[in-house]
Amino acid sequence: MRRVDARFVPLLGTVAVFLLTAGYGSFAYTSFFSPQVFLNLLIDNAFLCIVGVGMTFVILSGGIDLSVGSVIALTTMVSAALVEQHHWSVAQAIPVVLVMGTAFGAFMGWLIQRFRLQPFIVTLAGMFLARGLCYLISIDSISITDAAYTTIAQARLSLWADGPSITVGALLALGMVALGIWLAHATEFGRTVYAIGGSEASALLMGLPVARTTVLVYTFSGFCSALAGVVFTFYMLSGYGLHAVGLELDAIAAVVIGGTLLSGGVGYVAGTLFGVLILGIIQTLIAFDGSLSSWWTRIVIGGLLFVFCLLQRGFESRR
Amino acid sequence: MQRLLRHHLLWPVVTLVLLLAVNAAFNPGFWQLQWRDGHLYGSVVDILNRAAPLALVALGMTLVIATRGIDISVGATVAIAAAVAALMIGGELVVKDGVQTHVSRFPMSVAIVAALAVAALCGLWNGLLVAKVGMQPIIATLILMVAGRGAAQLLTGGQIITVYYAPFFFLGNGFLLGLPFAVFIAAAVWGALHLLVTRTALGLFIQSIGINPAAARLAGLHERLITVCVYTFCGLAAGVAGLVISSNVKSADGNNAGMLMELDAILAVTLGGTLLTGGRFSLAGSVLGALIIQTLTSTIYSIGVPPEINMVVKAAVVFVVMLMQSAEFRAAVRGWVVRPAAGGVR
Repeated sequence: MRRVDARFVPLLGTVAVFLLTAGYGSFAYTSFFSPQVFLNLLIDNAFLCIVGVGMTFVILSGGIDLSVGSVIALTTMVSAALVEQHHWSVAQAIPVVLVMGTAFGAFMGWLIQRFRLQPFIVTLAGMFLARGLCYLISIDSISITDAAYTTIAQARLSLWADGPSITVGALLALGMVALGIWLAHATEFGRTVYAIGGSEASALLMGLPVARTTVLVYTFSGFCSALAGVVFTFYMLSGYGLHAVGLELDAIAAVVIGGTLLSGGVGYVAGTLFGVLILGIIQTLIAFDGSLSSWWTRIVIGGLLFVFCLLQRGFESRR
Repeated sequence: MQRLLRHHLLWPVVTLVLLLAVNAAFNPGFWQLQWRDGHLYGSVVDILNRAAPLALVALGMTLVIATRGIDISVGATVAIAAAVAALMIGGELVVKDGVQTHVSRFPMSVAIVAALAVAALCGLWNGLLVAKVGMQPIIATLILMVAGRGAAQLLTGGQIITVYYAPFFFLGNGFLLGLPFAVFIAAAVWGALHLLVTRTALGLFIQSIGINPAAARLAGLHERLITVCVYTFCGLAAGVAGLVISSNVKSADGNNAGMLMELDAILAVTLGGTLLTGGRFSLAGSVLGALIIQTLTSTIYSIGVPPEINMVVKAAVVFVVMLMQSAEFRAAVRGWVVRPAAGGVR
């Protein structure tokens, strides 16, 4: 019984930090404690949440994906170019960019698996490539004026009449978290990912499809990045090569804060959701305060990362 | 000939020579050097000057990578060192009795020592997290990369701090014996480091830690102490680079100074033939790598390709280099080129 508890401690810690921060905010600032403020956390960080789900699988398998931010930028750029310059419809553009991102991830996964390359370097090159491709399309930002795009972007689904509302992107994010939880805990793919993260050699000896799963993990991350790019396009209504710079680090931070061990094999997709929410609530608190400058966000996130990594080391050494 | 073909610097040198040849082909004046006002001017000198900060960071990174680590916080360290130096020097132009004199807030030597000390502290922090706490290097340095950038912005107040103290500009813009002073700084650090790792056992120690940390510890090496020192040196090298950069642009920009520099430095180290898996390393290779990256940038500008393609070209170079380093890839290519004999009786 105690062993089962120990597995959940990092996740519970993350949830506790989120609740404490939310509680502090509610007492310190009036009008902080409202459903809309909490839904906005999801709305403003929907893309980060989707990327985080993909990143969780990559990190669970013991790898890393640095290309996610630039794949988002490339997705916004291609969407904007297709819709604005080539007059494609939303229904045509979105599948194309999703396939593109997925193929990009699959290519990197194939390189990593087939030639035993280090994920860090392969995805770093992927990051350069995707950003570079953005600039090949256009150096400037392309704003999207397409009617269908703006309608979807502004669509708000109220939870009840005159109640708090939520965007399509936030719903997609929740959907992806649900999909991620299902993939991780109810499918053969998920079990293999955990096994590879625990020990790749053992997974091979057990006869698990290590090669296929490794490629699939990066493919899934590529798909998540592209989907996050679609959500980001709705959020910003523009395509730009400098969108989502440094997002890969936010995503990694969210995954780590969510209790996933970077050595692979241990962690939960649900933890990543709370990791994203913690990053979001810190930004909201700093915005509510008003007197603190934006760089405090980075310093606080760095401090949180430090604390969580220290705690992780504690858990690892006790095991 | 065999020895030459096997030499570990062969590929970096070939890459650099090819790039220089492309430059010379597109730009007839590429090799021209001019002697003006007692200084050498020309594209080559320019490349050397601009590559110096990257070479400095890459030298520190080489040692870290040789111990199986990685330091992705160097960009933030560059920004912090630049911010500290710029804040402490500040400076203004005072006209006293018709004579212009430069006044700094603190003496320049104090400011430089303080900036380097802060940078070394950043490195020490990384080293302690890696060696004492036992975090993975990429995560340990990720913390400083995120928080350090914020700290640099905090120091500069999110603004670009301009320095008005002429003697400070010598670091990044001055000339010594006709060559840019920054080149001498990089060369001095390289030379000192080279002596240290070849004339003492330190080089062997670092290699053995990278090849097998546990074995190195069992063999009686102070593995943790050396690791901490290596990270501290990496921070220090990034600090020197930060000083050179801020002196060159006469300001410190907490938001953008050293942005993505960690990636360029890792790229330079990889291009120089040092494997990211640790172990054997080559300081000369990393300096060559930094030169290759800077030459590539200059080439792209000089042959009239839009600079936006820079990143795509860089990506292509990384892909090619890492594939060439992969034993599996070389085996696969051999399989494609050398067909097995028909009939298949072996």
